[in-house]
Amino acid sequence: MQEFSVLIGGRAGEGINKASAILNHLMARLGRYVYMYYDYPSLIRGGHNFAVVRSAGRPVWTHRDRVDVILALDQKTVDQHLSELAEGGVVVYDTSAVKQAEGIGVDLDAIVREEKAPVITRNSGLVGAFCRVAGIPWEVVDGVFREEVPPKYLDANLRVVRRAWDAVEERGRIERGPMKPLPVLTGNEAIALGLVKGGLDAYIAYPMTPTSNILHFLAGFAGSSALTVVHPESEIAVILMALGAAAAGKRAAVGTSGGGFCLMTEALSLAGQAELPVAIVLGQRPGPSTGLPTYSCQTELLFARHAGQGEFPRLVVAPADADEAYLWSARALDLAWRFQVPAIVLADKTLCEGGYSCSFDPATEVVAPPEPPGDVPRDPYLRYRVTANGVSPMLSIGTPGAVVKVNSYEHDEAGITIEDPETTVAMQEKRLRKGAALAEALAAYETVAVYGGTDARVGVVSWGSTVGAVREAAAGLPVRVIQPIVLEPFPVEAFRRAVDGLDRVVVVEENQTGQLEQLMRVHGFSAGARVHRFDGRPFTVEEMAARLAEVV
Amino acid sequence: MESKDLITSAANTWCPGCGNFAIEHALKDVVAGLVADGTPLEKIVLVTGIGCHGKMADYLGVNSFYAIHGRTLPVATGLKLANPDLTVLACAGDGDCYGEGLEHLLFAAKRNVDVTLLVHDNRVYGLTTGQYTPTSPLGFSGRSTPQGTPEYPFNPVELMIAAGATWVGRGYSRRLSQLRELIRAAVGHRGFSFLEVFQVCATFYNQTKYYDDHVYDLEAETFPTSDPGAALDAAREWDYSRESRIPLGQFYEAIYPTLEERLAEQRAKETDPVGVMQRLMAERT
Ligand SMILES: Cc1ncc(C[n+]2csc(CCOP(=O)(O)OP(=O)(O)O)c2C)c(N)n1
Ligand SMILES: [Mg+2]
Repeated sequence: MQEFSVLIGGRAGEGINKASAILNHLMARLGRYVYMYYDYPSLIRGGHNFAVVRSAGRPVWTHRDRVDVILALDQKTVDQHLSELAEGGVVVYDTSAVKQAEGIGVDLDAIVREEKAPVITRNSGLVGAFCRVAGIPWEVVDGVFREEVPPKYLDANLRVVRRAWDAVEERGRIERGPMKPLPVLTGNEAIALGLVKGGLDAYIAYPMTPTSNILHFLAGFAGSSALTVVHPESEIAVILMALGAAAAGKRAAVGTSGGGFCLMTEALSLAGQAELPVAIVLGQRPGPSTGLPTYSCQTELLFARHAGQGEFPRLVVAPADADEAYLWSARALDLAWRFQVPAIVLADKTLCEGGYSCSFDPATEVVAPPEPPGDVPRDPYLRYRVTANGVSPMLSIGTPGAVVKVNSYEHDEAGITIEDPETTVAMQEKRLRKGAALAEALAAYETVAVYGGTDARVGVVSWGSTVGAVREAAAGLPVRVIQPIVLEPFPVEAFRRAVDGLDRVVVVEENQTGQLEQLMRVHGFSAGARVHRFDGRPFTVEEMAARLAEVV
Repeated sequence: MESKDLITSAANTWCPGCGNFAIEHALKDVVAGLVADGTPLEKIVLVTGIGCHGKMADYLGVNSFYAIHGRTLPVATGLKLANPDLTVLACAGDGDCYGEGLEHLLFAAKRNVDVTLLVHDNRVYGLTTGQYTPTSPLGFSGRSTPQGTPEYPFNPVELMIAAGATWVGRGYSRRLSQLRELIRAAVGHRGFSFLEVFQVCATFYNQTKYYDDHVYDLEAETFPTSDPGAALDAAREWDYSRESRIPLGQFYEAIYPTLEERLAEQRAKETDPVGVMQRLMAERT
């Protein structure tokens, strides 16, 4: 069936984000797979915001160079994006704000005024006009608005939508897709739900793009669940509160971006030494420093892997889309607790704030059932008992009959500070054995995803959200797409199987220095070519295809 | 349980004459008292920073979280939020809590989390061998300020009253029975309790004579501890630098809902997260 892309643009503050969520929902309701790209500058009012909603009869993970419809709330949307309009495409615009355009105009100013509706409902009006032009049945439009708009504002919105709908004419009909409608979630929402699935008791975060919306989403979620959500004074406080909660037996997760993660590194190392579980969502955005706060990159792989003083095991996973984000966020929190290590969910702005059709079912179990600690001796209780796989039976502070001593200094089995060389070595080795045990447990999961190209001679390796664009661009090419989902401990055997039979490997990543390639090299895998991008923007299908054509 | 059972077998490495011994003594008596009065030992937890004061975590046979420099209070807050049944104590240093981690001190007071903080204020960095701290007097000649510190100290008691701490007191390691009573009262208070303790540092800043000559007791019966104005006046009597009398005792107490009480009020009773997730996803389709 035919793909369809619609771009909606306007000034910051004009409700582009909400309009794109409604467009996602409309396309999903038509039985289509959806991907949504959201692009905005780091300001609240005035700058240019736009979103592209692409849908098709099969999964899609990025946008294309061309769109079929442009919805313009301002002149800049037309000026900036007209060149992206596909042949035969159409611009639908607000005549009160757009003075120079060809296409279908609606006077949203007049409609909003006559309906005595808030000015912000112009976004709904434009979507309403679009729905008529695209031949989306009124019942579908009405139904989606009723679900998306809070009751308080629904009436005004629906009046404006209907007026705009009536003001234009149908130009064609978007095909219905083959599926029963799937929910469209942002990567952030999927991460949040995954953490909940992993048993989350507390989410603690300080706002920072691109993960702030996990905080907002879970704060709302906490209104109808037993979850505790806290927004403290700094990322330093964030992670230390999480570790305090962990010591008392509560599963905590935190979320941030590179700058906030810098502040967390001292406590990350504390989690390593004190063997406290915590899940950290690290949403990448371009640096150094404040960089491009609302854009995307993949520059923190090596940082995530090495952050914190000392040597200690950790988990780093990099999901590519919302389904994987859900799955691996649940597993990250679970594995953090099973192995008493910090676990990092390495996401990026494209994934965090992009929208994706999701097919996971929250009722399906995605982690191994918990192993009860059994009868743990309490007289005395040895918090750091040396064991074969390094994992000590963990009792939380507050457990009857146990005195639990958690320590940031090197310590003996009871958790009392020591400095002698023998205990130091025994404890350091014990902790690192957990890393090996973690790697073994991971073997039960698909740690490296492989797509197509069973007989291919060329492999394209990529990670995180970039994988989606690679998969789309590689469709039809004689290549095998390889995605290491787990990046630490690096799944060496699974990766070896994935590259088996290939003559040549190309690595695609959104950074300048080839961080995944460096990591591969450490494990003995070399690359024949590479594709890098570091302008903050994700690859479109065509851009990726062109770059791959140069090297494949 | 006898209070001597609360001491672990870890070798004690405080200097002879260190004020920390008295604090340890008072703390273990208070913990023993809590246990005698029915608080199960497992519900008591001590969080410490890094510095000489932090060794309390190794020496007291209670649940402990020997944290990192400056960060006792966020850890203590996390413990309390995770399990409001815990009695959470924190021992911090003056460098630890007024320097490295000052932000957390202000926010713990602002939030009124039910944690009792003891600051072992020896007015010097003990463990790093004698640099000035935020409460060292103007002109203090330490290893990083051999010509004398060019900064005025700040007054933590005044600061904490201003920041909204709901229990504020000051003790002295050479006034053991008063110290014990102050710790007991601070722990008994529901809300954030801030107890500044003058801790003699025998090696790097021995102020024994100065304190002995200048301290006096705020009379608990007559001092109006519910009056923040009176508390501030008393706190300002000595500015940690100029010579004057120094009041000890409880300065202030007020009863407000605690952070964890307010959070508990907000918390939904539903405990079926899968159901909530399914509903949410259905709304999106
Ligand atoms: C982040 C960090 N910075 C510096 C140190 C080194 N350090 C250890 S203890 C200490 C000062 C301790 O002074 P104080 O908090 O007053 O405690 P005292 O030793 O006097 O009890 C310092 C600076 C550290 N451990 N961590
Ligand atoms: Mg000190």
